[in-house]
Amino acid sequence: MESFEVSKRVEGKINILYIKGYLDAHTAPMLEDEIQGLVDNGEFQILVNFKDLLYISSAGLGVFMGFIENIRSNGGDIKLSNMNSKIFRVFDLLGFPTLYDILEEEQEALTKFNS
Amino acid sequence: MNKEKYQLKIPSKTDNLELIRTFVSRISEMVGFTDDDVYKIELAVDEACANVIKHAYKKEEEINLVIELDYKKLTIIISDQGIGFDVNKILNRDIKNYLAQMKVGGLGIHLIHALMDEVEFRSEPGRKTEVKMVKYFVKDGKIKKSSES
Repeated sequence: MESFEVSKRVEGKINILYIKGYLDAHTAPMLEDEIQGLVDNGEFQILVNFKDLLYISSAGLGVFMGFIENIRSNGGDIKLSNMNSKIFRVFDLLGFPTLYDILEEEQEALTKFNS
Repeated sequence: MNKEKYQLKIPSKTDNLELIRTFVSRISEMVGFTDDDVYKIELAVDEACANVIKHAYKKEEEINLVIELDYKKLTIIISDQGIGFDVNKILNRDIKNYLAQMKVGGLGIHLIHALMDEVEFRSEPGRKTEVKMVKYFVKDGKIKKSSES
């Protein structure tokens, strides 16, 4: 059975979420809960690492849309990294690269947060 | 290839999206679509079915998915007997402005149009909606190869 998992690592003030598996309308609430938990704790610098994500639908993209305004208004950001080409294309088709920092590697995203 | 037809009737709940994707992707692979096209077809169908689950019905009902194959194309028809909607309202949005306003929702229909070769929505508000999407085996008169998108 296809599954979805989120794990977390904290580096300084940045919360890094590692998402794995299949992110669709069924599993998106798991990611939503995770980000909501961070926001509730006043954590507004979030990096999402897509290295192990195999599939995403617009429900997954909608999670980022749902939080970004609040997070940015609190001086934070959601940055995205390590997408494979299929995942990136979904973001690209909907014009997300103009709205979000999408970096090749996690380290680049961390550097961008700190610059 | 003679015309072949496959059908899936399935309860409208998000748990079933995986099963729907598997059904569609296996058939798409079987008839020789490239990995890239299989991914596009799978995602387009996921988006259409997720819309039915989230918007068409107030409670769990049924999604009807039909796949028709002929020598040149794969046609998928997804229908529901839900509340219907005005597809033009969504398609007439400027997607860049819409996203810039950080709005959520409605992205799936734009994706379906970007992923498939032909898309047609027919909705009778309050009665039913049907989306028909087509992916061709051939492009510009040539059989698609795996390096092409």
